[in-house]
Amino acid sequence: MYVIPLLGIPPQVLFGQLLLGLINGAFYAMLSLGLAVIFGLLNIINFAHGALYMMGAFGAWLMLEYLGIGYWPALILSPIVVGAFGVLLEKAFLHRIYKLDHLYGLLLTFGMALIIEGLFRNYYGVSGQAYDAVPDLLKGGNNLGFMFLPTYRGWVVAASLIICFGTWFAIERTKLGSYLRAATENPKLVQAFGINVPRMITLTYGFGVALAAMAGVLAAPIYHVSPLMGSDIIIVVFAVVVIGGMGSIVGAVISGFGLGIIEGMTKVFYPEASNTVIFVVMAIVLLVKPAGLFGKAA
Amino acid sequence: MSSVNIPAPTAVAGTSNLTRVGLVALLVLAIAAPFGLYPIFLMKALCFALFASAFNLLLGYGGLLSFGHAAFFGGAAYIAAHVVKVLGWPPELGLIAGTAVAAIMGAAFGWLAIRRQGIYFAMVTLALAQMIYFVALEAKFTHGEDGIQAVPRGKLLGLLDLSDTFTMYYFVLVIFIAVFWLIYRTIHSPFGQVLKAIRENEPRAISLGYRVDHYKLLAFTLSASLAGLAGSLKALVFQLASLTDVDWRMSGQVVLMTLVGGVGTVFGPLVGAFILVTMENYLAQFGSWVTVIQGVIFVVCVLTFRKGVVGEIAEMVRRARGERPSGGGGHH
Amino acid sequence: MRLKGISALLAATALASGFAMSASAETIKLGVLNDQSGVYTDLSGPGGVDAVRMAVEDAGGAINGNKIELVSADHQNKPDVGTSIARQWYDQDHVDAIFDVPNSGVALAVQEVAREKHKVVMFSGPAASDLTNAKCSPTGVHWTYDTYGLAKGTGAAITKSGGDSWFFLTADYAFGQALERDTAAVVTANGGKVLGEVRTPLATPDFSSFLLQAQASKAKVIGLANAGGDTVTSIKQAAEFGITSGGQKLAGLLVFLSDVNSLGLKTAQGLEMTESFYWDLNDETRAFSKRFFDRNKKEPTMVQAGLYGAAKHYLEGVKAAGSTDADKVMAAMRANPVNDFMTKNGQLREDGKVVRDMYLFEVKKPEESKGPWDYYKLIRQIPAAEVTRPLAESACPLVKKG
Repeated sequence: MYVIPLLGIPPQVLFGQLLLGLINGAFYAMLSLGLAVIFGLLNIINFAHGALYMMGAFGAWLMLEYLGIGYWPALILSPIVVGAFGVLLEKAFLHRIYKLDHLYGLLLTFGMALIIEGLFRNYYGVSGQAYDAVPDLLKGGNNLGFMFLPTYRGWVVAASLIICFGTWFAIERTKLGSYLRAATENPKLVQAFGINVPRMITLTYGFGVALAAMAGVLAAPIYHVSPLMGSDIIIVVFAVVVIGGMGSIVGAVISGFGLGIIEGMTKVFYPEASNTVIFVVMAIVLLVKPAGLFGKAA
Repeated sequence: MSSVNIPAPTAVAGTSNLTRVGLVALLVLAIAAPFGLYPIFLMKALCFALFASAFNLLLGYGGLLSFGHAAFFGGAAYIAAHVVKVLGWPPELGLIAGTAVAAIMGAAFGWLAIRRQGIYFAMVTLALAQMIYFVALEAKFTHGEDGIQAVPRGKLLGLLDLSDTFTMYYFVLVIFIAVFWLIYRTIHSPFGQVLKAIRENEPRAISLGYRVDHYKLLAFTLSASLAGLAGSLKALVFQLASLTDVDWRMSGQVVLMTLVGGVGTVFGPLVGAFILVTMENYLAQFGSWVTVIQGVIFVVCVLTFRKGVVGEIAEMVRRARGERPSGGGGHH
Repeated sequence: MRLKGISALLAATALASGFAMSASAETIKLGVLNDQSGVYTDLSGPGGVDAVRMAVEDAGGAINGNKIELVSADHQNKPDVGTSIARQWYDQDHVDAIFDVPNSGVALAVQEVAREKHKVVMFSGPAASDLTNAKCSPTGVHWTYDTYGLAKGTGAAITKSGGDSWFFLTADYAFGQALERDTAAVVTANGGKVLGEVRTPLATPDFSSFLLQAQASKAKVIGLANAGGDTVTSIKQAAEFGITSGGQKLAGLLVFLSDVNSLGLKTAQGLEMTESFYWDLNDETRAFSKRFFDRNKKEPTMVQAGLYGAAKHYLEGVKAAGSTDADKVMAAMRANPVNDFMTKNGQLREDGKVVRDMYLFEVKKPEESKGPWDYYKLIRQIPAAEVTRPLAESACPLVKKG
């Protein structure tokens, strides 16, 4: 079939890696979407996002282990439970620091992340738990000629696109979304119109957290469910959000998918650097266009 | 010994007796400490206190939060370890080499990062530090996950054998006091005053004609060099340079130490470093609980304890004396 | 300025916090230093500490009237934490011997500390054969297994049974590279070919792109030169991408019982590995494992079983030597053969390596397993000479040649 290699790499491998990069990008997109939503409205850099993603995955695993709840229900239930936990965190801790410099938000959520991760590590170790509840509909795969694509991974990309689009639509095109966007710009004025801004903020944080948790449930069958899965990914997701533009939803999604692909390509040509290439891109973007590719200048 | 008791030229006029007593007591304790406490533990605390003090120079007095200081600390540690072990240089040259490399990195990173403010500044430093991590992981001379092990301590100036724990301790103590004094002088110098002015109100400083970027860069480079000195010293104390030293969690550790001790106070970083090193040492048997406790401390500090140990006590004293409380917590 | 005085006093008080523990010099103190919160928790961790505790209990809690004490700590897989603790234990806390130390990087660093302090360290967890080769130490003992044995066991077995073309997935640090190097040598020595390799960053969550490259190479065998979380992840994802059903064989060069437990039989079936212990091998191993299981709710891995044996042999050495002096105990340990439920007629060599037989196992299919933890079937017992580096090839300076 394909005989001409590109830069010494056969096209099969290239397309395969591109597709894999897209799949990774789906996770980055979902996670950075939650982060961007939270930063956009709350001005908080939610360092705990990785830990909450991990909680989502653990939620699914715990539900399977102790309550016999399978994948499809867990996909809805786990984000709801973790989202509720997020609401609690916001009410108990986060709303106290809104008036301060957003670097305090970073430090506070960093502390929260350490607590969550430490507690899970204590009880579950780090080897990871197997999560084998992939529903039959999503098992197996298709031979695409240049690679074997497991159906589940294809589902991940599809789900991520649906969720990202849905969130974008809700924020940019609905009335509720417009209240949210207005509250970001001028909370006092919006409050004066009778809209309960603090409650909106709380629910927005909960929603962002639920997005992270859902990404966790999606990840559970692929990456084993381990307390470290959050801290491994959070730094990368930060970089994605900064590149996309800290409050921009479109930016987060496009950068997420784009950087997943860039990372995938790096794995082909220079695999040891695959962990670091995202930071190189971030440094370049920050120096050239500090507000991010899609961000508005601060 | 009166070498530590330097009256501050621009601070409150006159040095109180309590300060003199306090500093002398501290010095006596520091000299006597290795006979009662484990010297390696003390040296570790001193190295980290140095690191935190260097960091505090940038954050507390310059108002710049760097999330990548581990690059200077760890990078210098690797350089010092390599020149001492592989090239056979004496320890004092090893320290100088590490500090010099950290200074160069500081100047370069600072020049890049200073173009941005606030959170973007922090993110740039984080990104640059991650790249240093990558270099440390891949470069041949660092031996990746194993690190540079069995670093010889050598003979200081060809005379003092540093493999003796007590000699090494006093060497570390002398360096610590010297650098601490340097930082103290810097804070209370005209340079330090301008830095504070920039931190408080940058537009006004610019309007007064100060080349703000130059001051920030200088502060960044100085902070990086001293962090590098701390790292080089640590490499000699532990005879090891490893990836932990350049990991982003190490950058988080130094933020925590400074926060707990008190941002923008002179002794805060020292107290914070001691508290955290002690905690890490004696809680090592409890595994993951150390992480949880550190997280709790972070949360508590940000929510209610923003001034840190030293800052809060200073506040209590001020209130007891009937003065107006100082405004806000930390920097804005 | 008064504030500065107070803060100085405060700093002094902080200094005065924390005093070192000490034990009376007559007790025999054992220290178990391992990973209790990271990637190697399950293969030794608290279970490993308990294994040493069992050995202490079985020795009666005292040797010649001297009480035996046990301490443990978490090295968090960091060489600096590990060496800190080791130094403090040897210097301040009168620990006579340190046990376990999984993670080859930490192990090599701790061996240097032990060498400097001239105290005994007995390794059960780490793999790097360098511990008894170029970096060998007169007071270091490498008990349970090493990369040489793994390569000779799994590598040779698979190559000889038809797996003559290999592609390596290597964890990009010293342990992974050593394992790849040793195995590649064995593969070529047995007439096989190495078609390529890819270095993966440590603790990669996603191996899909590396596995894709392995698939494209069309090698008959994909050698996994990694451990712990990396091994589990790469095996899971290989199953997901239809690699094993596509005809390629996975060779787990370092796999523990705890990893198979994490993976589940459906994913892990067919994996071949070399280990020095399995709980269900014979009546003696079953007896020990039942005791271990009652206390820990898990079957012991080879590292944990090895810890029992190492502690037992050490205590016997102390008894024979009549002291805890490192040289005397090492000499006694070398003079006595190693005999316990795990090792029959093992021998501690002058380079520190314990010479014993190993076993080649294969993971059962789910339908072949009769219950929880029934994971392995024995393929063959490999004689010690095959899995141990001969002294003639050793780069250890302690070995007298010729």
